Amino acid sequence: MDFIHSLVAVSAEELISTAVLVLLLVAAWGGDKASRAISIAAFAVLVGAAALALPVLCTGQSGAATLAFGGHVKLDAFAAFAKLLIYVGAGVALVIAPAYFDRFKAMRAEFPLLVLLAALGMGIMVSANDLLTLYIGLELNSLAAYVLAAFLRADGRSAEAGLKYFVLGSLASGILLYGISLTYGFTGTTSFDGIRVALGSGALSIGATFGLVFVMAGLAFKISAAPFHMWTPDVYEGAPAPVTAFFATAPKVAALALLMRVTLDAFGGQPGAWQQIVIMAALLSIVIGALGAIGQDNIKRLLAYSSINNVGFMLIGLAAGTVAGAQAMLVYLVIYVVSSVAAFVVVLELRDEAGNPVESIAALGGLSRTRPGLAAVLAIVMFSLAGIPPLFGFWAKFVVFQAAVQAHLVVLAAIGIAASVIGAFYYLKVVKVLYFDDATDTVRGTPDTANTVLLFGSAVFLSPLGYLLTLDLGRFAGKAASALLHFA
Amino acid sequence: MIGIGHYVAVSAVMFVLGVLGIFLNRKNVIIILMAIELILLSVNLNLVAFSAYLHDLAGQIFAMFVLTVAAGEAAIGLAILVIYFRGRGTIAVDDVNRMKG
Repeated sequence: MDFIHSLVAVSAEELISTAVLVLLLVAAWGGDKASRAISIAAFAVLVGAAALALPVLCTGQSGAATLAFGGHVKLDAFAAFAKLLIYVGAGVALVIAPAYFDRFKAMRAEFPLLVLLAALGMGIMVSANDLLTLYIGLELNSLAAYVLAAFLRADGRSAEAGLKYFVLGSLASGILLYGISLTYGFTGTTSFDGIRVALGSGALSIGATFGLVFVMAGLAFKISAAPFHMWTPDVYEGAPAPVTAFFATAPKVAALALLMRVTLDAFGGQPGAWQQIVIMAALLSIVIGALGAIGQDNIKRLLAYSSINNVGFMLIGLAAGTVAGAQAMLVYLVIYVVSSVAAFVVVLELRDEAGNPVESIAALGGLSRTRPGLAAVLAIVMFSLAGIPPLFGFWAKFVVFQAAVQAHLVVLAAIGIAASVIGAFYYLKVVKVLYFDDATDTVRGTPDTANTVLLFGSAVFLSPLGYLLTLDLGRFAGKAASALLHFA
Repeated sequence: MIGIGHYVAVSAVMFVLGVLGIFLNRKNVIIILMAIELILLSVNLNLVAFSAYLHDLAGQIFAMFVLTVAAGEAAIGLAILVIYFRGRGTIAVDDVNRMKG
């Protein structure tokens, strides 16, 4: 039966949505006392969903067999790869959040539920094979994310971050939706396969071009690529640290995967139309991300600019428009997610005697003498983000530039490499503050066990030991990338 | 005779008004919420007009989904606005500046 086949294909989404509904009832009856138990249950649900998605990736499924519900969703290896990364990001947010919110007496049972709902929306986004599914997934993720940003109600900055994220996020959805309506009008269909066939590879009509540009602009907002990045530093600074860690990982993966699916699949026959937009956004993101970070004193703002910068490098892989480019982008995404997790867990650990977060970089002076382990991890992350060779971050940049050069985008790769040197300046400035400045001794408090485990794991991944994984990582990313570009 | 071109033109005007409403408005955040609704309604007009023009139902179904999501979005927007107002005592756009940028 076709319907049964569809139901089996979306089993990961079914598991999460059923669990959310059940846990919502538990939260309604148990109140905030049950939040710890609900967090554990939510984490278990994510593990279960990941276990359901893993076989699809391992067998590298692709093509028409992975379509479900009349072609509205496509559960191929690419979707599975992105979903696994999303579940990792969401799982980390669930693990690090309780200790943080407990210090403000603000841990509520809604938090794990909202994270699960966002993960569900992101899972739908990356499996979308139709503009309608794309929109529903995106909004399910965004609506949950707006609430998460404003989660620390008593903190004025958190409410302001939620408000800004909501206004600019809704504007982005509106722009995306307007582009969708034009694309629908000028192609006569909402399915990605239908759009690809209708657009063909000839000249684009003016209406379809407008549709394409608006869709790209809306998605650029969601991945926070320049020139649509204005909301990122404010939201990252204002949102509670565990939520920022979540925003920097899972939604980025989902939006980038969605952008890949839209450009390479739906608009795949018209690379000339979107390639210049992607190249422009990539260059602007790299340069603005690097220059904007230089004057920042708040570590969360610095990491926000760093994420804009990283998105630029990933877009270079997309600009190549090849299987190798998509594969490089996926490898970069994995390494980026691990670096972000490590960076934000360090931010979580930075707190003064009273347990209040320390966010000023100047206050980290001499951290290497008071908290050597923490300083070492932050230094590894910074060196890795700067792309200094022995660390794993170098490999991410290497594969992306390699794909760009193979696709004859030598100038783009050269500018990217030059701009990454500017980026290295502010990454190294943080290391200098950690190791060579006078000790301020602001950071106190005992580390949380869960955070220590996460820090150790991600530091090992980013260290030269990570290179042992290059073959496996490349193989899985390759399966996902070829599934993405395998059209029925 | 009113053709598809007229509908698309009206929708484009509504969309631009909505976007300008977000950027030019310096008074209060409620007006931004109204501008967002205007953008979504311009999209709905587009979808329904195209759907009638193409004799294809997908556009009208899409418009139903957009209406539903718009309701959810307005609810969440107002809820965030309420907690913001509780903390700050104002919803003037110029006062949303605790963080630079």
